[in-house]
Amino acid sequence: MTSTVDGRSPGLALPKSELLEMYRRMVLIRRFEEAAAEQYALGKIAGFLHLYIGEEAVAVGAIHAMDERDHLVTHYRDHGYALALGLDPGRCMAELFGKSTGLVGGRGGSMHFADASKNFWGGYAIVSGHLPIAVGLGLASQYLDERRVAVAIFGDGATNAGPFHESMNLAALWKLPVLFLCENNLYGMGTAVEHASAVREMARKACAYDIPAERVDGQDVLAVYEATRAALEHCRSGKGPFFLEALTYRFRGHSMADPEMYRSKEEIEEYRRQRDPIVLFRNRLTQEGKAEAAEFDEIDREIDEVVAAAVRFADESPDPDPETVTDYVYAEPVRVS
Amino acid sequence: MAREITYRDALREALREEMYRDERVFLMGEDIGAYGGSYAVTRGFLQEFGPKRVRDTPIAELGIVGAGIGAAIGGLRPVVELMTINFSLLALDQIVNHAAKLHYMFNGQFTAPVVIRTAAGFGQLGATHSQTFEHWFAHVPGLRVVMPAVPKDAKGFLKSAIRGNDPVIFIEHSLIYRNRGEVPDDEDFLLPLEGAEVRREGTDVTIVSWSRGYYLALGAAEELAREGIECEVIDLRVLRPLDIDTVVRSVQKTNRLVVVEEGWRTLAMGAEIAAAVQEKAFDYLDAPIARVGSLEVPMPYARNLERLVVPNKDQVVEAVRQVLYQKQPVAVG
Repeated sequence: MTSTVDGRSPGLALPKSELLEMYRRMVLIRRFEEAAAEQYALGKIAGFLHLYIGEEAVAVGAIHAMDERDHLVTHYRDHGYALALGLDPGRCMAELFGKSTGLVGGRGGSMHFADASKNFWGGYAIVSGHLPIAVGLGLASQYLDERRVAVAIFGDGATNAGPFHESMNLAALWKLPVLFLCENNLYGMGTAVEHASAVREMARKACAYDIPAERVDGQDVLAVYEATRAALEHCRSGKGPFFLEALTYRFRGHSMADPEMYRSKEEIEEYRRQRDPIVLFRNRLTQEGKAEAAEFDEIDREIDEVVAAAVRFADESPDPDPETVTDYVYAEPVRVS
Repeated sequence: MAREITYRDALREALREEMYRDERVFLMGEDIGAYGGSYAVTRGFLQEFGPKRVRDTPIAELGIVGAGIGAAIGGLRPVVELMTINFSLLALDQIVNHAAKLHYMFNGQFTAPVVIRTAAGFGQLGATHSQTFEHWFAHVPGLRVVMPAVPKDAKGFLKSAIRGNDPVIFIEHSLIYRNRGEVPDDEDFLLPLEGAEVRREGTDVTIVSWSRGYYLALGAAEELAREGIECEVIDLRVLRPLDIDTVVRSVQKTNRLVVVEEGWRTLAMGAEIAAAVQEKAFDYLDAPIARVGSLEVPMPYARNLERLVVPNKDQVVEAVRQVLYQKQPVAVG
């Protein structure tokens, strides 16, 4: 497993501004998600709300390694990716509020963020269903000789479903530039990996399709960044797909309705105390003399304001115009009734 | 100028012309290349266009439809072939949850202009290879579902489907590939992906059908004409969006309606058409709407049993007599 905790990390050679920006985005995701939970409790957000708290290093590390032309499709726990991509937190929060100013105008909600201008082709809520779409994006890239990589992010649960295997086979068969990035947070909703998968290490599933694979510490943002960078280079150089398994942990329930009967309080506490990706990164940067406490504190303060402003923006934004409810069913005009 | 060609050749021409016109158009599906397509629609295409644009795929319907959606998002114009409509069930999630929804769900930011070609049909193929599910797809907003009966429509619709920006379920029929009909010579001959067509005018009864069912309707109409019963025959052509107004206008003239479909009647197109017509033209109806469909059993293999299940021309004739009160109502199909 790739980890940088005990060894040197080339990622540390990144300019300080980039390192702090990674820290900033991780904190932004954490505070954004906490605010979303509050707003859910207040009734401002409805439906399903899946929080990314605890997994921030995966989104930030991986997306920092991506080229802006690369494609991204993700599963439904998707707020973190949008924020890691640098999308406006106000528009993200407004989407959760179901407002017209949301990322997708209030039509998608928590599970269906997207921004075509960033090649973020959406969060998908049918587990593993977006993997064939990533294959198609990779196919388009290869067909058009674009050297763009299609990055698909999914959970451990997705690896037990048919679409995963059809996608891995197609991507490997056609040597498509697809990065399969599996976030193994040990639970598919409330079912532990050992009760759902015959193979505990998701990365081992890649060998069935001759896809090179690697495991990485998903709580270590620099490790994720470096592993993703190497994986993307592999895909971009025409060698076909790559499988990256990031070991991570979800600090909150599966969704807001989760009583968490399937895992112990002690387990959660241990991860929170010892494996918090933000704390780990901050300590690391401090130890390495990259930044001082005051700089982190300043970022933390700024993020508090950004998130408060995002909530205000969402709250004050108008609902979608009822007149638009039938817009966009079809791209081409429909004349018959 | 027009030429008479087969339904299969109409499809072949549409695909070839669009592939020459636009480099982004490519085909993928099971056995479409080296094998030549299970219904020979793409025979010779691999040799003509090469493996990049004519891609044989694994037997993985969900994967290839999903890949088609992704390729469409990525800027290509994929035409995905599902060998038969029976296998489309494996890809239903991709079609219903993704192809149909992306444009709406993501607020019009992008579409998935994928064309999914597939074929209905039967012929002693047994329970899992003799079905027709057009109404399953027609149920879903966001999809365009076309089921052409004649070569001209096959060509014009397929070309429009490839050039258009909506996902299209394009359903052929294994028993009409050799049917012949006139097709315009124009390489830019396109048909809008909507609208029914009155193919035979009549005054006494309206018969609505599509795909192969249209030929049953036409056969029944010709037989009944010999007795002086004039049926108006409508080829529905497109099942979503549904052109119910053309049907309603006809019923306002004939006051009687028979719907002919090849599959089970329960919750199918005939039920939808009957409901829509009574909503819009209740006062014009002089008889209950009759539906002709298949017997509600899984398709048996034996020839004599299969014949009992699949609707035939005689049943259409009987249904017309029923709505004309020439006989006592009986359940048909």
